[in-house]
Amino acid sequence: MTRDGIPFVSLVNDDAIPLESIPSYSPDELALLIKEALGLGLRISAYFGAAASEASLGSPDLYVILADDERNRLYAGRARVDKGGFPSVARDCPQAQLFEREIAEQFGLVPEGHPWLKSVRQGCTEPGIRDFYRVEGESVHEVAVGPVHAGVIEPGHFRFQCHGERVFHLEIALGYQHRGVEEALVGGPDKRSIHYAETASGDATIAHATSHCQLIEALSGRRPPARAQALAAIALELERLASHVGDIGALAGDVGFLPTASYCGRIRGDFLNMTALLCGNRFGRGFVVPGGLGYDVDAERVAELARRLAAAWRDASVALNLLFDTQSVLARFEDTGRLDRAAAVELGVVGPAARASGLSRDVRFDQSSGMYRLAQIPVSTYDSGDVLGRAFVRKLEIGQSIAFIREQLDCIPSGPVAAEDKPASSGSLSPNSFAVALNEGWRGEVCHVALTDEKGAFSRYKIVDPSFHNWPALAYALRDQEISDFPICNKSFNLSYCGHDL
Amino acid sequence: MIKVILARLQQKYRTMKYPAGNPPPMPDRFRGRPEIDDAACLGKCEACEAACPTGAVTKADAMGPRMDLGKCLFCGDCAKVCPEGAIRFTRDYRLAVRSRDALVLQQGDRELALAGALDKKLKRLFGRSLKLRQVSSGGCGACEADSNVLTTIGWDISRFGIQFVASPRHADGLLVTGPVTKNMELALRKTYEAMCEPKLVIAVGSCAISGGPYIGHEEVLGGAAKLELESGKYLPVDLFIPGCPPHPLTILDGLLRLLGRIEKE
Repeated sequence: MTRDGIPFVSLVNDDAIPLESIPSYSPDELALLIKEALGLGLRISAYFGAAASEASLGSPDLYVILADDERNRLYAGRARVDKGGFPSVARDCPQAQLFEREIAEQFGLVPEGHPWLKSVRQGCTEPGIRDFYRVEGESVHEVAVGPVHAGVIEPGHFRFQCHGERVFHLEIALGYQHRGVEEALVGGPDKRSIHYAETASGDATIAHATSHCQLIEALSGRRPPARAQALAAIALELERLASHVGDIGALAGDVGFLPTASYCGRIRGDFLNMTALLCGNRFGRGFVVPGGLGYDVDAERVAELARRLAAAWRDASVALNLLFDTQSVLARFEDTGRLDRAAAVELGVVGPAARASGLSRDVRFDQSSGMYRLAQIPVSTYDSGDVLGRAFVRKLEIGQSIAFIREQLDCIPSGPVAAEDKPASSGSLSPNSFAVALNEGWRGEVCHVALTDEKGAFSRYKIVDPSFHNWPALAYALRDQEISDFPICNKSFNLSYCGHDL
Repeated sequence: MIKVILARLQQKYRTMKYPAGNPPPMPDRFRGRPEIDDAACLGKCEACEAACPTGAVTKADAMGPRMDLGKCLFCGDCAKVCPEGAIRFTRDYRLAVRSRDALVLQQGDRELALAGALDKKLKRLFGRSLKLRQVSSGGCGACEADSNVLTTIGWDISRFGIQFVASPRHADGLLVTGPVTKNMELALRKTYEAMCEPKLVIAVGSCAISGGPYIGHEEVLGGAAKLELESGKYLPVDLFIPGCPPHPLTILDGLLRLLGRIEKE
């Protein structure tokens, strides 16, 4: 196989295709094709099962979406499983392991040859009781943390295998936030669908809502006007700014550098309030809706946003430069939680974590949609792969997002912010279709996939939050680290529990 | 060191004056306490009920709608579809109440009975020092984020003796967010049982009050008050703070009312 000859259907981001155009293989053939394609440098964006009906729950179709970032292409293939199992590729392609476990859990299928088959979201009603990999030997001890943590954060369980302070192995067990988002989207879209998207991961409301709306728009052939696309991109960058500034502040706090921690904690709020200036809600609820936007802006509001952006940038740049000018902070960040480039490739890492390990991987650039097709943001990378790298990439991206918003505010396209004939809020999408929408949220690739039935309703809705790709990378980065460095390693990834658990 | 001092001067003093001074201004598009104009509602249609994603708005008969702020996501869809403009979301951020029923705006009773203070004994215990254990039990993480924001220098809730603590053993109150997933049921119960008496429970966000966007999902209990304790009783919630998520000022206002730091309208 070559990059030109991948025997899957090729599509672009933010596009819908007939379901029948996706070639179907046997599970064995599909496994082989995935392995070969990953060997060529493609990566898995999504890999999931879809059953045509309740009755066929035991014999679903497996769908895989592969991304060829160099050629700005996506590929979709599938296989029908009919004998209770399918061959696992996780041993050769570690990035598939969590996807295969999810398929196993949702459909009761066995990924044959999976190296560590266990649940993804189920079986955690008893805190901490699951099978964990265990290191045995003299002075080896185990540390169990969670699901309830010390701070105001979401629940998850961490199991460390330690020798003194040194971590041999970390296993992360999630699922505590599982609330049935994907299941509830089946049969839609309906009036609750957009709210499921907005709350898939609350701090990435705009990214998830944009992906969701793009699916509906692609499946109904009604594109939002240019003005809506420009403003949605501005909102997505504001979301990134708030989170990146907040993350750098939290990293500063974790190494005891309080000036930047205090300033960034407050400045993050300034960016959230800018989102509230657009739509009344600090997280962007109600801003992006199918067919366009829920709110327009006038010249006065644009001027106010520009004024606030300049003020926040002034404060943020002082707070960030102070951190990166402080040797004691850099010394703590350097060589902590290293994820080398090869491991990042193998694990299929996305977002700032991938870029900090030297991978030029950014949906806005590689698989652009909406306004990013016209206005590009340079991809910010660094090659150290450690906490410093992940902090530094965020700093670079803060500068890029500020520049992007400024540029966009000067030339917002005129016209309406919502399509005249808005997509219907229920049913009537193009039937028997398949659509994919990717967006670069602040954590990385937010992937939504929808399959429709013969009536044009969702028959399967798949959400892949960037955290789903990146949690295993955090576990990997902890190897050979001191357990006391877990907080800064964790903060440097800052992954979503609810986006993983859905 | 000189850089730290220069940065400190540049960043200025930023803690807000509230509650001594004015509260920070709400965004003009903020959707706070809804106002229902019963005279305007002609009672002919059910557009508001049909538009509501969570069943917060119900319209039984030819009267103005009943609105349950415990289920409300404050999305404003009901106001948008009302042909008579009978529903309007105001910028009033004050929404916290002491009982679940108080969140229901019925016809003839459109006022929100804002939270009153704790009784004398509890106020003496917690009024100047309230340590909270936060447990996130499902949901989207936004309520946690906007609760946590209160600890930043702009809001600085430690001014009021309120602090988030790491252990339930150190806590006077449990601040619950999320619809209480079945996967978090045990952890939440254990956290509550581990706290010493007397203890308070605060439910923040529509998820923790009613299940929010996840009302009716089999994966969730549908709110903190649905959690059954070892005694067979249910988790007693002392303060309900609605919103999706509530604005930080809504949360702060609720906490200060509970502690008797704000009594006036």
